[in-house]
Amino acid sequence: MTKMITPDTVAVPASNRRPQLRLARFRDLALVPAIIVLIVIGALISPDFLTVDNLTNVLQQQSALALLVLAEAMILITGKFDLSLESTIGFAPVLAIALVEPASAHGLGTQWPEWMAIPLCLLIGAAIGAFNGLLILKFQLSAFIVTLGMLITVRGLHVGVSGGSSLFQLPQSFMYLGFEKWFGLAASVWIALIAFVIGIVVLSYFRQGRSLYAIGGNVDAAKAAGIRTDAVVWTVLIIGGILAALAGILETGRLGAIGANMGEGMIFTVFAAAVIGGISLNGGKGTLFGALCGVLMLGLIQNLLTIMRVDGHWFGAINGVIILIALVLSRVTSGKAQE
Amino acid sequence: MMSLSEQNASAAGVKLAAEARNITKRFGRTVALNDVGIEIHDGESHALVGRNGAGKSTLVSILTGLQAPDSGEVTFGGVAAPTLSDRDGWRHNVACVYQRSTIMPALSVAENLFINRQGRTLISWSRMRRQAAELLESFDVNVDVTLPASDLTVEQRQLVEIARALSAGARFIILDEPTAQLDGPAIERLFERMRTLQDNGITFLFISHHLEEIYEVCQKVTVYRDARHILTAPVSELGRAELVDAMTGEPGGLHVPGAASRAAVDAKTPVALELRELSGDAFHDVSLKVRTGEVIGFAGSASSGKHQIAETIYGLRRPSAGEVLVNDRKVKPGSVPDALRNKIGCVPRDRHHQGLVLGLTIAENAAMTVLAKLGPFGTVPPGQLALVGSKAIESYDIVASGPDQPVSDLSGGNQQKVVMARALADDPSVLVLINPTAGVDVKSKESLLGVVDRVARDGSAVVVISDELDDLRVCDRVLVLFHGEVAHEFGRDWTDQDLVAAIEGVTEQ
Repeated sequence: MTKMITPDTVAVPASNRRPQLRLARFRDLALVPAIIVLIVIGALISPDFLTVDNLTNVLQQQSALALLVLAEAMILITGKFDLSLESTIGFAPVLAIALVEPASAHGLGTQWPEWMAIPLCLLIGAAIGAFNGLLILKFQLSAFIVTLGMLITVRGLHVGVSGGSSLFQLPQSFMYLGFEKWFGLAASVWIALIAFVIGIVVLSYFRQGRSLYAIGGNVDAAKAAGIRTDAVVWTVLIIGGILAALAGILETGRLGAIGANMGEGMIFTVFAAAVIGGISLNGGKGTLFGALCGVLMLGLIQNLLTIMRVDGHWFGAINGVIILIALVLSRVTSGKAQE
Repeated sequence: MMSLSEQNASAAGVKLAAEARNITKRFGRTVALNDVGIEIHDGESHALVGRNGAGKSTLVSILTGLQAPDSGEVTFGGVAAPTLSDRDGWRHNVACVYQRSTIMPALSVAENLFINRQGRTLISWSRMRRQAAELLESFDVNVDVTLPASDLTVEQRQLVEIARALSAGARFIILDEPTAQLDGPAIERLFERMRTLQDNGITFLFISHHLEEIYEVCQKVTVYRDARHILTAPVSELGRAELVDAMTGEPGGLHVPGAASRAAVDAKTPVALELRELSGDAFHDVSLKVRTGEVIGFAGSASSGKHQIAETIYGLRRPSAGEVLVNDRKVKPGSVPDALRNKIGCVPRDRHHQGLVLGLTIAENAAMTVLAKLGPFGTVPPGQLALVGSKAIESYDIVASGPDQPVSDLSGGNQQKVVMARALADDPSVLVLINPTAGVDVKSKESLLGVVDRVARDGSAVVVISDELDDLRVCDRVLVLFHGEVAHEFGRDWTDQDLVAAIEGVTEQ
């Protein structure tokens, strides 16, 4: 169709034609050497580090965080924001449990069948994501401030429903995913891994996934290209809520209880992992593989500090400094100013 | 002048690529389009001109299906336009290269070409890259499709957008001020391409503030003014003066003050600005003396280094060698605060990025360079601030409701006047103007250039950097830069042909 149109009189200066090493493509792998270095350091420091037990332990500890980072990374790529994920991770399980357990165990008195706990939990996550979407897309409010409000509200609901105490009486089905092992590896690790693989495939090889980048990069252009931007963003926010609820189930099973402050402060680590992994806070940039590397790196650092018996009171400061260093390094390697 | 109905009669039997009839569109109480129409014949390049606020952009958004008109109808090839939600339907009929880029900067060129058309199932990246390369090759666009789109030049970006539009099946393309950010040779290449595409049956609606371009590349022109359709006529039958009259509604065309009306500047006049063997980004070894009351123009292609010189004078860039002197005092290199202290005022290259804070009011923007001098101890008394604003509105002829109006509400021409007011707020002895009339309508252009003339008469030295010949008429001398060096110098008596030839480097060969 367009073959016939071959203007031969004009040519554009081929200034960008030079074959060059495509740094951008390696950007996704930028953290892989850092992770390898961390593993080598760990192996040198302690014989306990490079054992199957320890490494699977690291993975299991990070699986809930990984799901949150997956959710946040997708939301950031579309150019939006969700702070409320850290409250969803606690509230969705708490409300689901309260709906199935008797009033004696902080139930709400409904006592629905126990098998409903997990579907309910995921549904609650989806509902929170959908409500965020309603406020952000239909009422055109800033995603930052909406989800900050939701963070506080949902956290408050969590405390209200649980009465401020930890829930220990949980249905078996609810605990299963968090502590069961499949093929020698914790089920939660498999779940996080599968979620990431699905995410990576969809965001790299499907039109619907690529539309996230288009929306985050230039929303008007995405609209003009026929992408139903609101529907896509809404879907992403709902998926984000569901992933946070799933993370809540995994974390509950791992800890055997739902703490009154589950998830509190987690959102900062989530953002740090995503940004270290190359996700731009302005949208349209970064890959889920990079985000996964960000999670693994933070997890390994945490584990190393524990193994080195660093005084736990210093973890926060050390973590913060490491995050800052990682940001500076990624700024230097990517060569572009971080907006 | 022909009315639209006469046009209708004469056009009977000719196939229309696109037509809008009796379109009215209101935004709140403002009428953006008042019962207007346009007929674009198959295979022609049709120009749409009008001053800022004439309704061009609104018509574009209605013709591209981004907004629905309050009344009236749009047809493509005689068939009613699809509903707004049917984006694919619109894309097959019409495509637009907007002023604002519709490229996703982080995505590759290939993906930008096929955005939302990557296929229903798994994307094959290698196939997409191959198809993209083939597509661009068929348009003779020489771009590596794996590059992120942010690496493209403006020219390449536009070509990619045109190629994308054509590959989606559109045969009618709207170009919304495509030449605003291109230099001379790139504009020529764009026109060459438009002609070739036109020969292949593509229809264009071309929007531009440069009337010369319309004569060069279009066959028909439609003029809008104040949300109304004024006339549609073949370009060959419409003189430049008539066209300008139709746009402004006043006879007489563009009244640009010429340098000749000012007294000549002689060698005894004190030197206000001196560049001594200045070198920097993209230019080298430029020496120049500008005397008080003198207006110097810098012309040259986008790669000539003329912007870089201006930005170095104002301290936005650091020179690699040489020095800048104002009234015989050395200015600290690369320091805007020191340039301001030495009374250099500047209208920067891009009013949206460097010129204005869009959310702030006229008064706040106009007073930005003199905030420290408004009240005692660096305080900013609101009364003083409002005074600066209302003075600016008065002296620069800004159409606004008052000094408290945010500049984002103003039209492009009036925004530029605010930038000018800010540059002049501190009575600079040297005024540096970069593209002072870019993207503004004829009336605003007259008024802005009138200010330049006035400032020169009041004893400032002015440096004008511009691609537009009209801007340079006010200059006592015009220096033409070529590859970072002064290649030619003209006095007040240059002709358009000579100057353009020098800018394009034609006389070099």
